[in-house]
Amino acid sequence: MSAKPRVAFFDFACCEGCQLTVLSIGEPLIEVLKHVDIVSWREAMSERSDEFDIAFVEGSINRESDVPRLKRIREKAKLVVALGSCAALGGPHVSANRFEPSDLLKLAYGEKAGNYEAGEVRPISAEIEVDLPIYGCPIDANEFVSVLKHLLLGRPYRVPNEAVCYECKLNGYECVFDKGMVCLGPVTRCGCNAICTSRGHRCFGCRGLVDDPNVNAARDVLEEHGYSLDEIIGMFQIYSQRAPRVQQLAEAAAEPQEKRSKGSEPWRFGSTT
Amino acid sequence: MEIRVDHVTRVEGHGNILASIKNGEVQKAIFEVVEANRFFEAFMRERSHEEVAHIASRICGICALSHNSASVQATEKALGIEVSEQTALMRRLIMHAEMVSSHALHVYFLVAPDLLGLKSVVPLVEQDPDTVKLAFRVKTTAYDLAEVLVGRHTHPVAVVPGGYTSMPDATALAQMRERFIGLRADMRTTTELLKKLELPAFERETEYVSLQQPDHYSFYAGDIVSTDGGRVAADDYLDALSEFLVEHATARHCRWNRDSYMVGALARVNNNWRQLHPEAQKVMAELGFKPPVCNAFMNNIAQFIETVHAIEDAIALMDELLDRGIAEEEIPPITRHGRGVGVVEAPRGLLIHDYTYDERARLVEANCIIPTNQNYANLDRDLEAFAKQIADQPKDDVELKLEMLVRAYDPCISCSVH
Repeated sequence: MSAKPRVAFFDFACCEGCQLTVLSIGEPLIEVLKHVDIVSWREAMSERSDEFDIAFVEGSINRESDVPRLKRIREKAKLVVALGSCAALGGPHVSANRFEPSDLLKLAYGEKAGNYEAGEVRPISAEIEVDLPIYGCPIDANEFVSVLKHLLLGRPYRVPNEAVCYECKLNGYECVFDKGMVCLGPVTRCGCNAICTSRGHRCFGCRGLVDDPNVNAARDVLEEHGYSLDEIIGMFQIYSQRAPRVQQLAEAAAEPQEKRSKGSEPWRFGSTT
Repeated sequence: MEIRVDHVTRVEGHGNILASIKNGEVQKAIFEVVEANRFFEAFMRERSHEEVAHIASRICGICALSHNSASVQATEKALGIEVSEQTALMRRLIMHAEMVSSHALHVYFLVAPDLLGLKSVVPLVEQDPDTVKLAFRVKTTAYDLAEVLVGRHTHPVAVVPGGYTSMPDATALAQMRERFIGLRADMRTTTELLKKLELPAFERETEYVSLQQPDHYSFYAGDIVSTDGGRVAADDYLDALSEFLVEHATARHCRWNRDSYMVGALARVNNNWRQLHPEAQKVMAELGFKPPVCNAFMNNIAQFIETVHAIEDAIALMDELLDRGIAEEEIPPITRHGRGVGVVEAPRGLLIHDYTYDERARLVEANCIIPTNQNYANLDRDLEAFAKQIADQPKDDVELKLEMLVRAYDPCISCSVH
């Protein structure tokens, strides 16, 4: 074994934006790389090796045919890190799970749908053991460096488990609700330094829900702001379609028809009614 | 000679090269696309107009700003949202940030190692740290511009149909302007470096397709034009381009006037070079780029020429924004609902988002045509012609050169499958 930990990057169904975020660290990345040997990174280099200690895996799984490659990575690696929300949660395309895979294939490939493969969108943890998730769509470059440092020093990394509101308040940003908009910040895992609200937008929930999220309270608040249950479920499903509480909400909504709110009026961006 | 390169490296996404050469005859040469489909067009349906751009930019990590821009443009047209002059300027400037960061990634990090006989940029960190730092500087400066403008390059946060949730800070923008001026020296250095590098000699007459505007070199909106003749308005793209499926790809192929065409930097420079900034035209002449150029490897030179142009035009646009004074503006209202087509030139070429919204401003239908989709058929034709040209060379050389050809196209594979 070489003196420096051997690091490899792999990807499955994703946009590769998390690996690019690693590259976007820029010149300081050169310093970081002095402490590791990057042995495989298809997107950035042609050198390849099957001998590695830490595997950063980006992307979700949505085809059975991709599972063996993922399992081989697990067998070779001492540590597997889920790089970004696709690997950790399923990613934005997790909301494709609202539809039957056969319907998705028909829409994309028409009468040739039978030649192609699709399945449930799931995080890599559905198939292999994951040592650490780095959430975010995309990941935060600073968090990546911090995780890498912890791994190199052999110290446990604490995955942030406060709500985005916590970081938003620390930064002193105006509450999105106070501006007449709605926000998933109250139930979304932080670690992003509230980047979206820093620029006046709302949180879309890209890091998934905090542990033990109060989804029902979040639902009540959103309903008070004029959103229908359908719209609220849709908002949550973008990143958290697989979260049990979001699935319960969706199941409850699918049951008795009278419980479902009617569609709201056409609305403008930022309006609350 | 049987060639099989599984998962070509230094490209975005997963694709394989398959070639079969017997007695100097190429029996097969194709680029197999094996990337998993994420079904964006399907699952974006039912989302509100305010969520669609957030999701759409996630089709691609490299060209996130292009997808985001095409998406808001389509939504604005579909919902009759009129954008302000300031927003229009911002849109053009954002595309320059995208172009510089993406082209820098490709030219310096993904292609240059081939031309230097290396497997990646990693050995260069020791051998030529100044050039690696230059490469990072160009890329990072463009990333930082995106951060100032819209919060982040991958994925932008402040963009919504109709405008921005907040405008860039004028001081930060003025600093970006200074840093962009600083990149001029890096462009000179890179021009000199590129003069020393040799690209493979290869020509195949090709149809080139790009956007065109009457008064400027377009990366944002315009008519769709072809070197074979033909011009259509963005809304009528279906009258020109047609998508089709092939067995060896999970992504669609495209054609217009003939069985294949090329989009991207080479197509744009060939079609619109007269509108390039004088500095970019100067670099074009210095690097021996005489349009029309039909060598796909020259796509990398075209990317660099566009980088020079984008830096100069970005400086001019930043000046204009700063001179006008940056103002926070209200998001204009929705006035209708229906269909809208957004077109931009992503770094890899023409990108189309075609949306239909219902009366509640929820998306009911989406069609996205990605640059790399449009290039696949042409890449296959080029692979075949180039394999024939180099058929008598040793297998390792043929393999490497075919990989280089794939990389010259700068494919964005996961984006193409979306």
